[in-house]
Amino acid sequence: MTAPKTLYDKIWDAHVVHQADDGTCLLYIDRHLVHEVTSPQAFEGLRMTGRKVRAPEKTIAVPDHNVPTTLDRAEEIKDEQSRIQVEALRKNARDFGVEMYDVDDVRQGIVHIIGPEQGWTQPGMTIVCGDSHTATHGAFGALAHGIGTSEVEHVLATQTLIQKKSKNMLVKVEGELPPGVTAKDITLTVIGRTGTAGGNGHVIEYAGSAIRALSVEGRMTVCNMAIEGGARAGLIAPDEKTFAYVKGRPHAPKGDAWEDALAYWKTMTSDEGAHYDKIIEIDASEIVPVVTWGTSPEDVLPITGVVPSPSDFTGGKVEAAKRSLDYMGLTPGQKLSEIEIDTVFIGSCTNGRIEDLREVAKVMEGKKVKAGLRAMIVPGSGLVRAQAEEEGIAQKLQEAGFEWRMAGCSMCLGMNPDQLAEGERCASTSNRNFEGRQGYKGRTHLVSPGMAAAAAITGRLTDVRDLA
Amino acid sequence: MEKFTTLTGIAAPLPLVNIDTDMIIPKQFLKTIKRSGLGVNLFDEMRYERDGSEKPDFVLNQPAYRDAEVLVAGENFGCGSSREHAPWAIKDFGIRCVIAPSFADIFFNNCFKNGILPIALPQETVDILMKDAEKGANARMTVDLENQQITTSDGQIFAFDVDPFRKHCLMEGLDDIGLTMERAPDIDAYEKRLAAERPWA
Repeated sequence: MTAPKTLYDKIWDAHVVHQADDGTCLLYIDRHLVHEVTSPQAFEGLRMTGRKVRAPEKTIAVPDHNVPTTLDRAEEIKDEQSRIQVEALRKNARDFGVEMYDVDDVRQGIVHIIGPEQGWTQPGMTIVCGDSHTATHGAFGALAHGIGTSEVEHVLATQTLIQKKSKNMLVKVEGELPPGVTAKDITLTVIGRTGTAGGNGHVIEYAGSAIRALSVEGRMTVCNMAIEGGARAGLIAPDEKTFAYVKGRPHAPKGDAWEDALAYWKTMTSDEGAHYDKIIEIDASEIVPVVTWGTSPEDVLPITGVVPSPSDFTGGKVEAAKRSLDYMGLTPGQKLSEIEIDTVFIGSCTNGRIEDLREVAKVMEGKKVKAGLRAMIVPGSGLVRAQAEEEGIAQKLQEAGFEWRMAGCSMCLGMNPDQLAEGERCASTSNRNFEGRQGYKGRTHLVSPGMAAAAAITGRLTDVRDLA
Repeated sequence: MEKFTTLTGIAAPLPLVNIDTDMIIPKQFLKTIKRSGLGVNLFDEMRYERDGSEKPDFVLNQPAYRDAEVLVAGENFGCGSSREHAPWAIKDFGIRCVIAPSFADIFFNNCFKNGILPIALPQETVDILMKDAEKGANARMTVDLENQQITTSDGQIFAFDVDPFRKHCLMEGLDDIGLTMERAPDIDAYEKRLAAERPWA
């Protein structure tokens, strides 16, 4: 009898092309997603060496980071460097035979939203992209992680990666989430608990009844931020919800192939008694709506809390907290729910899916964005945008005072015109609150979509439960 | 790839934890389609005022550290975005070795693809090396990859670990893709098996 395996062990074992004596493996890659920022040098490398893309049919390209989210998609991008990057992607996709969802295609969107949406993302696969939030796809029980540009070139040329196996970490969230608490609060709470380096060297499997109870969209939110916890990949075992999500999508298996795939996918769970190197257990009923106060995603506190003092920390974190407080313009002891904001950003690969927009619409029911506040909604893809329009959500949110924009990464990282001005403070559904992330000297508080909506109503960080 | 064997140079101290890749190279510099020329914008927001003038306090702007080839930093160095522009910028500046108590996985991996040696050492050891780096330009540190040891300016020696395969690639300046291409028959065989066992993939 073979030893019980984790889901990660199973996917890993099924993809080893070659294993060297020292344990270094050549791992086969099933899907490669490519965007405009981290790929030009990789394609250039192929050209310089006369190499081809080994499996163009397993590779998809989409521009997202640089793309303006204003409504004038037919026009050229005004920023010259951004335009050149998108044009380079277009040329590379054409020259190397890779399918691309271009800016004027309704299927265009953030790479981690359209992979699942188009059915490219499937259980049991290995998926990579030159983007750290590739972890998102782990929500389907796929081993998915970010890579650098050299590795993008490596995968393009060989459809493999040179890897050593990571350790297994289990994050078990049992119980029922209280009202107003969402997948975003789970994932932030985990990071708050483990720290941004807690998952270094590990692949995290999220399990437990609270994870099972999440929709596939919610699971994507959880896995998306595995990287903020230091883990390159997050995983959730696929179940009936996963299969129902994948079924019928353009690139999902069809007919007999579907039945065969389904039978295989059902084996993609961790065996009873499988070994984990690290286990974290969290009681879902104790999770509350959280916000970040600092400039690291581990700076997580309940919205009911107060801004901490550097003396609350030890080691290098004391200096880091001082620096964060200074950057964020906050005073220890200040109530988090009294922090006033200028901007609300709803979108990103963390929270730019239809379920997130529904959550925002629910909180906004009968309410308005506070006068003078900038509040923007950037759907994660053209199809999410279209669906929200069909459901009437788009119109309601515009009437409530939100800007309704085109799909892209937008203000999550400000590589496009959507940025915070110096000193501006934002309640953001994105994933990183780093210095300068959303704009030079911009201040970011990470929150769930519902919490972002609550902040839009009151103009300050707000406990969404108080508005119910 | 440029080989890494032994390096003797100035080490710059940057005693901050969680230095993320947005700090190392901010987003506006990711719009390049080249790998070179990013060194001038390494640590851009920490290093320059908005008008482009230098912040004199920042370590790499101080006369003693302008030619640093080693960086000593706090834990979880290189966290965040997968951007390889971070190691490209570090290398372009002239830094070939980063020493910290721990590194984020993707950054760590990216370093080896670019002839940069990242060394993880216990906090106590990094503290000693940080102190050594704080001595300035006269205190040169030696990093010897072959013998896996660091020698401080006052002759203290610290051993470090490195993955044997990565060490081999760094010392020989090997191109990963070329190595993997030699395994083409294995990849062909795998794809045949895949087509039979999981044709939908």
